[in-house]
Amino acid sequence: MIEIQNVRKSFGSLEVLKGIDLTVQKGEVLTVIGGSGSGKSTLLTCINGLEPIDSGRILLDGTEVHAKGTDLNKLRRKVGIVFQQWNAFPHLTVLENVMLAPRKVLGLPKAEAEAIAVKQLTHVGLGDKLKVYPSRLSGGQQQRMAIARALAMSPDYMLFDEVTSALDPQLVGEVLDTLRLLAQEGMTMICVTHEMKFAREVSDRVAFFHKGVMAEIAPPAELFGAPRTPELQTFLSATH
Amino acid sequence: MFDTALTWNDLIFLAHGAGMTLMVTAVSVVAGTLMGIVFGVLRYQAGPVWSLPLTFVLDIFRSVPLLIQLVLANAFQAIARLGWDPFTTSCVVLSLYTAAFCTEIVRGGIEAVPHTTRRAARSLGMTWWHDMRYIVAPLATRVSLPAWIGLTLGVLKDSSLVLWLGLIELLRASQILVTRLQEPLFILMICGAIYFLLSFPVARLGGYLERRWSPND
Repeated sequence: MIEIQNVRKSFGSLEVLKGIDLTVQKGEVLTVIGGSGSGKSTLLTCINGLEPIDSGRILLDGTEVHAKGTDLNKLRRKVGIVFQQWNAFPHLTVLENVMLAPRKVLGLPKAEAEAIAVKQLTHVGLGDKLKVYPSRLSGGQQQRMAIARALAMSPDYMLFDEVTSALDPQLVGEVLDTLRLLAQEGMTMICVTHEMKFAREVSDRVAFFHKGVMAEIAPPAELFGAPRTPELQTFLSATH
Repeated sequence: MFDTALTWNDLIFLAHGAGMTLMVTAVSVVAGTLMGIVFGVLRYQAGPVWSLPLTFVLDIFRSVPLLIQLVLANAFQAIARLGWDPFTTSCVVLSLYTAAFCTEIVRGGIEAVPHTTRRAARSLGMTWWHDMRYIVAPLATRVSLPAWIGLTLGVLKDSSLVLWLGLIELLRASQILVTRLQEPLFILMICGAIYFLLSFPVARLGGYLERRWSPND
């Protein structure tokens, strides 16, 4: 369970999170929508401790992420994150990209790490690209590799930060299909996205962020069907 | 017909000089590079303000002519009664000189690794050390290699200045032969050719590594 309690965060004088309260249950798929600068991506990087917060608490299975004694490296094994820019390690093959963290962080023997990596890469449809360097892959393939790389750590939670925003339109589908697959398998996911159709299909709940505040949160049928705030109404009419 | 007084023994004498050049260069480049890596990482981690004292000291080694550094170091080690022989003094000075340049090469290489790539590594639970060892080091090495090869070739040639401390390296050996045989052009050509032979493999090594790494980029 991810518990976000009254989290505030500023970059300089700009407050990007103005007291966010949100609980994500095990097995839930939450999508977060909202305009750029609404704080939704920042929230994700706060959840796995890549960004500090100014006040409030974030609890991951009861462990406070930003507490002093928390071992963030250990905590991050539980939470995979995939970014808008796929960030492949360019000097490693696709297989090595995915094997690296299981080998070095979990300390698995080579054969075991390789088996996990092959399994995850096959899962995202890259089973035939193992020995290839990332530069030879399309953006969509690189993004799926990044997803496999995060999954290889067998995380309990997955965070997706606008993973299709930097892709050519014809490559978006393959990545969304991978996310759908994970959702069907019961992975707990928070997806920041601009893909409304995808949000409508896979989410258990959808949260709408506006200027650092979570303005609305509801199951997709309700949120898209009957938006309550004028901000969400404006946002939805602009994106449709 | 071409006639020379140069004997096999003289050539062996030159070869010994070349050996000394290689030795001084190898020690200085290895030690200087190791120090450069440590200082470079320190400079990167500490940021421009906190690393100011280190930067200042390294700037001295980068700015003062090597000849002056050698002569001063030799004088200071005598005053301080360190008892260093000319070889040790030469290696210490050239190592620091190399380290001063290498520090900037290393820092530049680390800065060239995208912040987002490193963030992705850390998000997988990798520690700072994992990130440095498996992501930053290989990527920064690729970026820094051409500059480092240039530095190594520079040190190889600059090492001729240690003759002022009395070390008989390649250039000094050539000078001795020139004085004795009075055939400056011929002997300096041989000397230059030997420098070229020493440098060539280093330059080629750079080209080879760049080719080997290029399909990955």
